[in-house]
Amino acid sequence: MASIQLDKIGKSFGAVDTIHAIDLDIGDGEFVCLLGPSGCGKTTTLRMIAGLEQPTRGSIRIGGRDVTRAQPKDRNIGMVFQDYALYPHMTIADNIAYPLKVRGMAEAQRHEKARAIAEVLHIGQLLDRLPAQISGGQQQRTSLARALVHPADAFLFDEPLSNLDARMRVEARAFLCHLQRSRGMTAVYVTHDQAEAMALSTRIAVMCAGDIVQYAPPLEIYRRPATTFVAGFVGDPPMNLVAAQATRCDRGITLRGGGLEMSAFASWPALDRALDRGDRVTLGVRPEHLRIAADGAGGRLHGKLFANEAMGPESLVTLDLDGGVRVTARVFGDAPVLVEGDAAFAFDAARITLFDSAGNRIDDPV
Amino acid sequence: MRNSGTFSSRIGVAFMTPAGVLVTLFVVFPFFWIIAVSFTNRSLLGASALHPQLVGLKNYLDLFDPATFWSQGGFGPSLWLTVQFVVFSALCGQVLLGLVLAWISRELSPRAKSLLQGIVMLAWILPDVVVGFAWFAYLDRDAGTLNQLLRGLHVPAADFLIEHPFLTICVFNAWRGAAFSMMLFDAALQSIPPSYLETADVVGASGWQKLRDIVLPLIRGHIVTDLILITMWTFNVFTPFLLTAGGPSFETDILPIYTYRIAFKSFEFGKGAAIGVIVMLINLAFSLVYLRLAQRGLRKKGKAA
Amino acid sequence: MNRRALISRIVFSVCAALLGVAFALPLIWFVFAPFNAHADLDLALPAPPTLANFARVFANGAAVGALLNSLLQAFGTVLLVATTATLAAYALARATLRGKRVIEYVLLLFSSVVSGSAAMVPIFLIVNALGLIDTQLAVILVFAGGLLPTAMFILRDFIASIPRGYEESALVAGASPWRAFVDVVVPVLRPGVTIAAVWAFVQVWGGFLIPFVLLRSEQRMPASVEIYSFYSQAGTPIVPLLAAYSVLYSLPVIALYWYVNRKYGFRFFGGIKS
Repeated sequence: MASIQLDKIGKSFGAVDTIHAIDLDIGDGEFVCLLGPSGCGKTTTLRMIAGLEQPTRGSIRIGGRDVTRAQPKDRNIGMVFQDYALYPHMTIADNIAYPLKVRGMAEAQRHEKARAIAEVLHIGQLLDRLPAQISGGQQQRTSLARALVHPADAFLFDEPLSNLDARMRVEARAFLCHLQRSRGMTAVYVTHDQAEAMALSTRIAVMCAGDIVQYAPPLEIYRRPATTFVAGFVGDPPMNLVAAQATRCDRGITLRGGGLEMSAFASWPALDRALDRGDRVTLGVRPEHLRIAADGAGGRLHGKLFANEAMGPESLVTLDLDGGVRVTARVFGDAPVLVEGDAAFAFDAARITLFDSAGNRIDDPV
Repeated sequence: MRNSGTFSSRIGVAFMTPAGVLVTLFVVFPFFWIIAVSFTNRSLLGASALHPQLVGLKNYLDLFDPATFWSQGGFGPSLWLTVQFVVFSALCGQVLLGLVLAWISRELSPRAKSLLQGIVMLAWILPDVVVGFAWFAYLDRDAGTLNQLLRGLHVPAADFLIEHPFLTICVFNAWRGAAFSMMLFDAALQSIPPSYLETADVVGASGWQKLRDIVLPLIRGHIVTDLILITMWTFNVFTPFLLTAGGPSFETDILPIYTYRIAFKSFEFGKGAAIGVIVMLINLAFSLVYLRLAQRGLRKKGKAA
Repeated sequence: MNRRALISRIVFSVCAALLGVAFALPLIWFVFAPFNAHADLDLALPAPPTLANFARVFANGAAVGALLNSLLQAFGTVLLVATTATLAAYALARATLRGKRVIEYVLLLFSSVVSGSAAMVPIFLIVNALGLIDTQLAVILVFAGGLLPTAMFILRDFIASIPRGYEESALVAGASPWRAFVDVVVPVLRPGVTIAAVWAFVQVWGGFLIPFVLLRSEQRMPASVEIYSFYSQAGTPIVPLLAAYSVLYSLPVIALYWYVNRKYGFRFFGGIKS
C-alpha cells in the first residue's frame, strides 16, 4: 500500500477547464471518497490517478513516485469500473487472473491465486462460468476480485455499486467496509451517493464544478459543512437551509427571515466580521435537530404542514415556511407524529450552522 | 467526449497507416490520376503510351462534339441508355419488386416466407459469371428454359439477347438486385409496431389503405435510402456485359460497358478517363445527397435517444 | 376467417407463388444440368443422375487451377483487409485523432465515388506503373484497397459498441495498449471480423472485372474469368462441365451467406454488398 498525492492537478478539454487545480493528499491505508454530483470532475480526477487521462497541469505521486506521465500499466493499481468491464470471452477465473497473466505468472499459480481471492469474495463456485452467466452482484464481486488479486499500491473505484439494485447495494457496501477494515487498503472511491461516502470513507473530498470544496473526515463534513453546497449535498434528507437577514441591535445580532425567529446572539465575533461583508446569511440546521414545538430558547421556524411521512423508526415532517422555503424535521421513534395546519419547529442555537453571503461557513462562536 | 490519454494520436496514425496506404493508392490516387489522364492522349501502345501529351479539354470536347454525340456507339446514346436502364431496372424494377416482395412475405407463413426470400436472395448472392451463364442458358434460342415454357404456352419463341437485348438486361438487373430492396423493406416493415396496423384494422382500414396511410409514410426514410443506393449501384453495374457485351450493335451499351470498351478495347485511355471523370462526378452528386440524408437521419436519431 | 380475409389470403398466396416461380425459373436449369452427363441448354431430367460432371471438373487442370487461383486471391485479400481494417477501424473508433471526422467523410465519399469500370482506367495505369500487371498480387492489392473503406466502417461500428472499460481495465491491470488490443479487443471483435471477412471473401470470389482487366495469363485467371471465357467463347461451350463447375464455384458463397445469416442475422449484409 502507498500514499497518493495530487499537486495542483488540472484538466482542460479544449478551452474548457473541467478540473481547475486540485490538491489532494491521501495517506497510506486511507479510504478517500470523491463525492459530488455528476459532471463535477470526480471521475476525471480518478481516471487521471489511473493514468487513463492525462492531466493538463500539475503532478501525481503514488508512494512518493511521480507517475504523472506514466502509463497505466506502470502505476501498479487495481481498479473497479462502474460497468465492471468483465471480458465476455474469458471465464470468471481468467478474468480475475488477468492482471497476473499480463505480469507473466504461470497459469497454475495465477489460477490458484484467483481461486483464493474468489473464495474470500464468495464467488469460488463460479470460476468456470462466463460473465454473462452470473448475476449483477456476482459480476460486481468478480471485478472486485480482479482488482484485488494482485498486491497493488492503491485501489481505485469508479462508482462500483451504482449498477446494483438498492438492497444489493447496501449489502455490497457493508462488504466493502469490512474489506477495508480487514486489509487497510489505500483507496480512492468515486460516488455521487453521500451515504456510501459516509459509510466507507476515512476522509471525504466533496467536489463541485471541478474543485474540491471540502476535504475532511465524514463526521466533520456532516457536522461542519464548509459551504452551503456541502450542507445541501450531505445528509438524507440534507441540511435545511433558510435565507435570513442579520442586523446588529443593542442585545447583539439578530437573524430574521421568512418564518424564522431567533433570539439575538450576544457575542459571535466571526458573524460580526461577516456582517461587514453583507447582511444576507444562510441558516443551516439538520433535520434531526428540529423539534415540533411552538416555543424554545433558541429559534423557531413557522409554516404550514406540507407532508408527514411515517418511516417506521422515524418520521419526516415537512413544513412550507412563510417565506416559501421548505424544511424537514426528523422525529425519532415509531409513535405517530400529531401535527396539523399551522405548525412550528424549534431548535437550539448551539445546533445551527451559519453561512455568509458567499455561502461559506461562518466559524462557530468559541 | 471522453478522450483517453492512453491511445495517443501517434499510435492512432500507426494503426491507420497500412489501410491508409492501400486506400490512398487504389482509391484516392486513382480519383486524381483519372482527372489528370483525362487531359492527355494517353493510350496503351505507341508513342502516346510512353510520352502522353497534354491535350487540354480535347477528350471532353470530343465526347460532347455535336457532330458525333448522338452517333451510334457514341457517348450520347450510351448516357441516354443508362438513364433508361436506371429508371426501368432499378427504380421501377428493383425498388417496386422489393417492396411488393416484402409486403407479400409479411402475410406468408414463416416457412413460405423463408422459401420465397431464399429464392430471391439466391439471385442476389450468386457470383456474376454464374448468373450470367444461368441467363445465357435460360434465354437460349432453341433449348432455353424460357423458350421451352413459351412454346408450351403457344407463344412464339424468340432469341431475346438478339431481339430484345435492352429489355432483357433490364429484367435481368431487376431480378438480380431485388433482394436488397426486399431485405431493406422487410427490416423497415418489421420496425413498425404491430399495434399501429392493429389500430388500423380496428377502425376498418383496407390493406391498400394501411399501406398508403401508415406503412409508406413510416418507411419513407428507408425508401429514399434504397432509391439512392440502388440508383448508384445500377448506374455503375458491369454485369450486363456478361450477357450481351454491350451489343448487339450498341443496344445495351450502358456507360460502364462503354467506358470499358473505349479504354480496354480501343485502348483510348485519355478518352476513357474523361468518361470515368463524368461518371464519378455523377456518383459524387448521388453520394453527397445520400450522406446529407444519412447524417440528418443520424442527428434525428440522436435527438430521440 | 371471413370471406374477404380468405380471398385476400388466396390472392397473396398466388402472387407469392408466381413471384417465387419467376425468380426461380432462370436457375432451375442449374438444379438438373450438373447431374446430367449429357446436359445441354434445355431443361431435362437427368437420366440417370450422375456425379460424372463433377469428376470431369476435377480432372480438368485449368478448371481446378482457376478455383485455386480464386482461393488464393480471396484469402490473400481477406487476410490483408481483415488485419489492416481492424487496426484502422480501432484507431478511427478510439484514438483522439485530429480531423478524424474529415477522414471518415472523405473515405465514405471516395469509396462510393470511385467504383467499378470508371476507376478501372487509372487503376490499370497504377498497377502498370508498379509493374504488377498480370500478377495475383495486383488483384489482391486492388481488391483490398477497394473493399477496405466499407470493411473499416463495419468494424468501426462494432468497436464503437465495445465498452472502453474493457481496454481500460486491461491497461490498469498492467497490460500495454497493444496487449489490451490483442487480449481484449480482438477476441470481443471476432463476430465483426468474421462478417467483414466473409463479405470481403464473397466480393473477391465473385469479382470479375478486376481480374479480367489486370490479368492476362491463362494460368493466373480466377474461376470467374474462367467460366466467362468458357461460355462466351465461339463454338459450343462444354455445357455439362460448365454446369457442374458453376455449381462448385457457387457453393462457398452460398455456404458463407447461409452461415452468416444463421449466426448473426442478415441485417449485417444490408447495404454492404456493392
